[in-house]
Amino acid sequence: MQLPEAEDLLAVLTARIRQGISSDTAVVGIHTGGVWLAERLHKDLQLALPLGVLDVSFYRDDFGQIGLHPQIRPSDIPFKVEGSHIILVDDVLYTGRTIRAAINELFDYGRPASIRLAALIDRGGRELPIAAQYIGTTLEVPPAKMLALEKKADGKLGLSLYDKHQGNE
Amino acid sequence: MTSTRAMSNNPQLNKNGQLQHLLTTEGLPASILLNILDTAEPFVGVTERDVKKVPLLRGKSIFNLFFEPSTRTRTTFEIAAKRLSADVINLNIAVSSQSKGETLLDTVNNLSAMHADMFVVRHAQSGAAHLIAQHVRSEIHVINAGDGRHAHPTQALLDMFTIRRCKRDFHNLRVAIVGDILHSRVARSQIHALTTLGVPEVRVIAPKTLLPAKVERLGVHVYHDMAKGLKDVDVLMMLRLQNERMLSARLPSTEEYFKYYGLTPEKLALAKPDAIVLHPGPMNRGVEIDSVVADGKQSVILPQVTFGIAVRMAVMSILAGS
Repeated sequence: MQLPEAEDLLAVLTARIRQGISSDTAVVGIHTGGVWLAERLHKDLQLALPLGVLDVSFYRDDFGQIGLHPQIRPSDIPFKVEGSHIILVDDVLYTGRTIRAAINELFDYGRPASIRLAALIDRGGRELPIAAQYIGTTLEVPPAKMLALEKKADGKLGLSLYDKHQGNE
Repeated sequence: MTSTRAMSNNPQLNKNGQLQHLLTTEGLPASILLNILDTAEPFVGVTERDVKKVPLLRGKSIFNLFFEPSTRTRTTFEIAAKRLSADVINLNIAVSSQSKGETLLDTVNNLSAMHADMFVVRHAQSGAAHLIAQHVRSEIHVINAGDGRHAHPTQALLDMFTIRRCKRDFHNLRVAIVGDILHSRVARSQIHALTTLGVPEVRVIAPKTLLPAKVERLGVHVYHDMAKGLKDVDVLMMLRLQNERMLSARLPSTEEYFKYYGLTPEKLALAKPDAIVLHPGPMNRGVEIDSVVADGKQSVILPQVTFGIAVRMAVMSILAGS
């Protein structure tokens, strides 16, 4: 299966988001791929508010089935969430469960004025009523496959397809 | 004993090698200890937020079974459980059904019938938490919050977390544990954790009357003199002089103890200039530690308390998810 170039998709996504930002827009990336994208967006869009990062492991709904994810990184939201306009960034939008967890976590920092969602790829397959306001592209991916963003040695982003591991989304 | 044998025989691990109960730091592989420390890191951030709570253990019932009085440890376990959204039930059994003659396992059976998910056990008898862990159904997890002179693993883990935060790496450290090693479950758990995590030199400093027989077998260097024992040390782990356990006269007086083993600024100056001072609390000021040191720049005693909550959150989450 021919995968699109992640860098090209990021350029599309950045251009789309650029239309919708103002001086009080904040971006928050979801670990790990979403953080790489959010770092790039934060820089390219020259946002004033500092970048936020989320690891949603403590909010996932599959803790009862698979326990705690290994290697949890600290979440860090270095701006005031109360009243803020947040763009949440993830690499691949699929079931919507990660986004549900991320929204719940954000609300434990305060009540944002708005949250929008940006994803590099929407692969369909939603299990919750979640939609992205900004996407790089839509892509049909077989359910048995896992699509993941990777950071190459030169810092550029790329997409890879794996056989799905049990328990992962 | 090889590590594979230790794992298969270890009552703390399930058949997949995951942590099922936390009873002692002895015999746990470094990977499990490090996983607890790594998992505790993001929980430190949670406790600094406006909403100091995550929904991880929502709907779980955690019973604090304290057969021996303790305020700090019980409170930090309670806070940890509440910050994971668990329901916490505190039972001070010293004044409850045990005084009416109910046995330990009857108490546990009754609480299991109330659909407990986890027991946090403090008991004056060594091995009490092990006994409960062997007895309960496999869905129930047991955390040892201190049993007799045997073990106090979460205290040792929060000490390791504090050391790692300050010193980054365990592999180049010289650590001294000072005081009443004989009666201390904290010291035993610390020694096992430090050696497993690769600390090359662990010292114990105490008068002969407060050292267990053959303590060298645990892999520690024994000193009776603070001037020698504290030289070039990176981490000082002070122990409380356990007055309530000193049934026989092992010391002439607490004043005498302070003179030789109390940590004063002068004695601390013998260690490395950037050495840190830990104490599991509660402190006897003027007995094992001088107030100037306890409240001084090198003291990390209050951070230990803060980190203790994050470490206990990590242990509870790992157990509940295994």
